[in-house]
Amino acid sequence: MLTSTKKPPPLPSDDKRWRIVNGTMRRHGFARDALIETLHTVQEYFGYLDPPSLKFVAESLRVPLSQAYGVATFYHFFTMKPPGKHTCMVCLGTACYIKGASQLLAVAEESLNVKAGETTLDGNVSLVSARCIGSCSMAPAFIFDGEASGNVNETVLRNKLEGWKN
Amino acid sequence: MTLEELEQIATEARAVKEQFPRALNVCVAAGCLSLHSDAIKSALDKEVQRMGANCRVRGTGCMGLCSRGPLVSSEPDGNLLSNVAESDAAEIVARLDGAMPERLLISREQPFFQRQTTIVLENSGRIDPEKIEEYIAADGYQALVHALTEMTPAQVVQEVSKSGLRGRGGAGYPTGLKWGTVAKTIGRTKYVICNADEGDPGAFMDRSVLESDPHRVLEGMIVAGYAVGASQGYIYVRAEYPLAIKRLQTAIREARRLGFLGSQICNTNFSFDIEIRIGGGAFVCGEETALIASIEGRRGTPRPRPPFPAQSGLWEMPTLINNVESYANIPTILRRGGEWYASLGTKKSKGTKVFALCGKVRNVGLIEVPMGTPLRQIIFEIGAGVPEGHCFKAVQTGGPSGGCIPEQFLDLPVDYESLKEVGSIMGSGGMIVMDDSACMVNVARYFMEFCMSESCGKCIPCRAGTAQMFELLTRMTTGTATLDDLGLLEELCDMVSSTSLCGLGQSAPNPVLSTLRYFREEYTEHIVDKHCRAGVCECNKLSEVSA
Repeated sequence: MLTSTKKPPPLPSDDKRWRIVNGTMRRHGFARDALIETLHTVQEYFGYLDPPSLKFVAESLRVPLSQAYGVATFYHFFTMKPPGKHTCMVCLGTACYIKGASQLLAVAEESLNVKAGETTLDGNVSLVSARCIGSCSMAPAFIFDGEASGNVNETVLRNKLEGWKN
Repeated sequence: MTLEELEQIATEARAVKEQFPRALNVCVAAGCLSLHSDAIKSALDKEVQRMGANCRVRGTGCMGLCSRGPLVSSEPDGNLLSNVAESDAAEIVARLDGAMPERLLISREQPFFQRQTTIVLENSGRIDPEKIEEYIAADGYQALVHALTEMTPAQVVQEVSKSGLRGRGGAGYPTGLKWGTVAKTIGRTKYVICNADEGDPGAFMDRSVLESDPHRVLEGMIVAGYAVGASQGYIYVRAEYPLAIKRLQTAIREARRLGFLGSQICNTNFSFDIEIRIGGGAFVCGEETALIASIEGRRGTPRPRPPFPAQSGLWEMPTLINNVESYANIPTILRRGGEWYASLGTKKSKGTKVFALCGKVRNVGLIEVPMGTPLRQIIFEIGAGVPEGHCFKAVQTGGPSGGCIPEQFLDLPVDYESLKEVGSIMGSGGMIVMDDSACMVNVARYFMEFCMSESCGKCIPCRAGTAQMFELLTRMTTGTATLDDLGLLEELCDMVSSTSLCGLGQSAPNPVLSTLRYFREEYTEHIVDKHCRAGVCECNKLSEVSA
């Protein structure tokens, strides 16, 4: 039996963000089913999940580390790699696909010299693909740094990526 | 809260409206927002203040015709302005009393608006989704108060059964029957879950409903909680929909403030609360048992059914799971009666259905039509047909679990049965029109890639089968397949669909099967002649070299 009386682990550092993460867990009464919610908070504030943060969350919620790691790798939304300064998200939903999103992805890959899911060597831009962002009426759609853009064409895309370069 | 108090709030909200007879409604749902309609709203606001016009500027939900966005509508004359830019703000405000600029105006008389019947979308684009008072002024929460104070839970279930409403998530299970089962099952606690994990690529109905009219979904859920005897609800929503999450949070807060959520709702013994759970971007979590696993904080993998969630669901308690659109129908059903609802639609499919019409069609957007409307009417009248220079080839419904319907079936009335007959499914409501520039083998490959990467890996037929089918389809598109591969593909389709654990695997072969059924010649062209008539696939390069 897992020891429920075991004291929660100390915060990994004095970084204020850990207190926010702790707050999410407290709000759910440190229940085990708060795992996904807590990982969302970690990713929101730190940008990605790394082994120390997984370990901290797993110990705090008394779930096996394997389960935390399993959840973090199962869901596409979680990333274990630090993101670049900018993020270019290409929607590859059906409507975008029919309107040529894969050609635009090729343009972005060529322009940044990375594949989808990677970050440029200088850590400037992460190129990611999404299954469908639900902006089908504005296909092809992109999300540049969290801001959705509809009816994107090659020129718009190239200008945007060029603008991020310096 | 009593009906009188509700009426009081509605009257106050209407009084505000009367004080400012003129209003400009700017669509701030995700579609128009991605074209920066928020900037247009603030520009209009500024102009109204500068000119001292007696007019309100409101942010509202989706107005439907997304391809002409950003959209602005004016009250009380009901003009609809399309492709509005920030620079148009001054002109619009200056012309509030006269005729609006001709270049922006679009007619409401066109079939896109005339052919629709709205129930789920009745408030969409008309009310501010962040203000509960506006929903109440549009008869919102009446059904809830009425149900709680004047109906027994059994009567509510009966009314829903009478309406003939079937699950709008795609499978079409009778909603009343599901509610009845959960209500009858004995359990210490029961749960109500709203499935807002709209994973089908090319579908955005649920997102739009949540962004445009979130209270409608909450009301449906609370009524469901009362009907089945649950005290806790969860909305499982995709992380990809940040705006929908934000509006839902606001709506839940407002509903708590007015006492529609919490303990002793409307001075009865009924208590109910709703929490949001944010998904992690896994398509398989749209499957109910996988969704439950995800709410419990685990990997979203399905489990065999039975037991069905109605008997043993969340934390092994009786659980009711319905789709966003199913809940959104409930307030109207209770307000206008199950019989009225059942008078719409076809014999076996009642009511209306919301579709996300997109792809190669002139009018892209969100539509709601009675069940049984022919596909031709949806695509060629509401959608205004395929843009010039191309011709219609197929329409894809049901996402990766559905199929492609060719031209010969365009007169088919859209309902659960008839779509199934032609090898597709109703699905959640994505409708993607394809023209002759789409290659059907490539489309099948696209969906297979989707299923392959979204397969959770728990059962072997789906995990290995989708990968093998993807490999075979890739060979066809690159011109390295043989006719034997085609036979193997068909065999695999049969195996994966009959032996997979959950709906994802069972329906994964559908896009292949339906394209094989209607576009077999394209497959043989790819294999034998190394030719892709749409010019999409790589195999064309091979045939050019050899020629």
